Amino acid sequence: MPGIDVSELRKYYGSLKAVDGISFSVRSGEIFSMLGPNGAGKTTTIEILEGLRRQDSGSVAVLDLDPWKQGYELHRKIGVIPQGFSFFDKSTPREAIKYYGDLFDVKIDPDEILREVILEDAANTRFENLSGGQKQKTGLALALVNNPELLFLDEPTTGLDPQARRAVWEVIRNLKKAGRTVLLTTHYLEEAEQLADRVAIMNKGHIIATGSPLEIITTYSPSERLKVTAERALYDYVKQHTDLNAEYDDATKSLVIQLRSKSDAISAFETIAKSNLEWSDLSTERDSLEDIFIKLVGVRLDEGEPVPNEAVQAPAS
Amino acid sequence: MANLKRIFSDLAVFRRQYLRNRIGLFFALIFPVIIIVLFGAIFSGGSSTVTVYYQNHDSGSLSTAYLSALNSTGALDLIPVNPSVNFSQYLLANSLSEGILIPTNFSESLESHIPVNVTVYTNPADTSSEGVLAVVSGVTNYFNLRAVGASPIVGVINQNVKSSSYKYIDFLVPGLIGFSILTSPMFSMVNIAAEYKKTKIFRQLSLTPLTKGEWLTSKIIWYIILTVASFVLMVLVGTELFAAQVQLSLWIVPFLLVGPLFFVALGMLVGTVTKSQESAGVIGNIITFPMMFLSGTFFPVSSMPGYLQNVAHVLPLYYIIDGLNSVMVYNNPGKALTDFVIVAVIAAIVFALAVRLFKWRDS
Repeated sequence: MPGIDVSELRKYYGSLKAVDGISFSVRSGEIFSMLGPNGAGKTTTIEILEGLRRQDSGSVAVLDLDPWKQGYELHRKIGVIPQGFSFFDKSTPREAIKYYGDLFDVKIDPDEILREVILEDAANTRFENLSGGQKQKTGLALALVNNPELLFLDEPTTGLDPQARRAVWEVIRNLKKAGRTVLLTTHYLEEAEQLADRVAIMNKGHIIATGSPLEIITTYSPSERLKVTAERALYDYVKQHTDLNAEYDDATKSLVIQLRSKSDAISAFETIAKSNLEWSDLSTERDSLEDIFIKLVGVRLDEGEPVPNEAVQAPAS
Repeated sequence: MANLKRIFSDLAVFRRQYLRNRIGLFFALIFPVIIIVLFGAIFSGGSSTVTVYYQNHDSGSLSTAYLSALNSTGALDLIPVNPSVNFSQYLLANSLSEGILIPTNFSESLESHIPVNVTVYTNPADTSSEGVLAVVSGVTNYFNLRAVGASPIVGVINQNVKSSSYKYIDFLVPGLIGFSILTSPMFSMVNIAAEYKKTKIFRQLSLTPLTKGEWLTSKIIWYIILTVASFVLMVLVGTELFAAQVQLSLWIVPFLLVGPLFFVALGMLVGTVTKSQESAGVIGNIITFPMMFLSGTFFPVSSMPGYLQNVAHVLPLYYIIDGLNSVMVYNNPGKALTDFVIVAVIAAIVFALAVRLFKWRDS
């Protein structure tokens, strides 16, 4: 089953290399997340895939179609929520769903779609009076009207408060359960970790890492660390008796040993036991996706992001 | 291929959007009614006589005859002022624009053929002053002729072009229908084109099977419906309240169709070629306002000075209103045909341009 195939994709705006030679593929039935800071090229990429923009070079196939040339055909098979989804302010979600049903010429049950996106409560509220989360859910509902195989969600939770964000996540998980393929862009790391089967980390028009969150972590942070709370004497003992890569952190009073191999782990345990020194709270840890992201991109993901302002959101009805 | 189901589905959504937003409906239907009631009351209500104060210092019978001759014209409503007061000061003190003063020796002078002057006070700022002066001059001429025993040789017979005379309200009805045809689509389409671009609703719609031609068609249908509603309202208010005389014929229909089409396309074009919603609004107003006042909406173009009439002739709305006048007032569909052809050609060009330049998506 074809999903998305992108090869050597480029799009420049004057001297700005928005997308600079990226390649990736999305398999049918998976949630694929493009993760990156603002300006990484995520939206440009997704808009090229939707057929809303034309690439400068490179090849793109979405469900085996050329999005720019066969957009009209493609749009019947995909669902899209653009960034900052907006709709006719005097229409209700139910009316909007019915309208889309007529446009796509499909027989639909508005209530079923409203249930799928958990929006039954606001079915008859005008768009202008919906909360930010309900507006995004309306967008999701419309994206589902034509029963699409593939959904493009461009930053679906940007600007939402944490509660609304979790509600949208629940809907996205349901999409996957229903067997749909989802391409999701986000600059929330937690969102990618929570939802995505595979992630592409984008920065400055390039993809700098791809794979499942675990694959990315094991690739960029190959070793686990053993962490033990103990006095500095234990560190001295380990250094004296082994060639383990150990460090001591005075602030947390903890000994940290890099486990480069399985024998490192066994050696570490044996040495600690033989030392006859006091120790507690033994644990292993590894870099999080966020640690790796900071290593790769050099900045925290949410840097410079406006904090969602709940005060400007309309009250949920 | 245009799809009727999609067009009517889009029409239903737009209709709801329009009706739920009451401001648009007010300007499309209620506002023109307010104007027709106001202008109708100002310009055709009340009597056409002018109230004029007079002071008669003469005691003879000829001044009485002179005054009754003035009275018999039916144009003046004469009110006497006590001869003991200072007449010009009286007029001033009471803010009166017109007055007639007959001197002491009027009858005596007339009988003995000694020149004598009747003084007419006028106010150049008052439009009725000229009329008063003309009436007084006419009656005075008649008295002069009679005094020398002569009778008029050249007479004037007044006959109207139509069986019954045209009234201002007759022109106001088609004029305000034209006003509706212009303003309701222009003001909202300019705004919609710019706003939907900004809020990316166009892009959202581009991801559905709806085509931009279908979208534009549903807007045209909606404004035709509004125009017909406004037409019915204008004709009803005009004829029922102000006894306007308008001819109803099928020749009106082409103007009610092509008018909204033209201004929907023009509004779309303005909203499409401008960069921001603000500049779209400004350009829209620059196009709309001259047309609103100079195309014969509130006043017949023929009553405007020559250079303004020349301006009117380059405004497309002029041809719509001129066509409506030809059918509804003059009952002359032949002349309306020329107007229709002119409007149809301009509309076709603007429509083609709008469809061509209006983009769902960026490249």
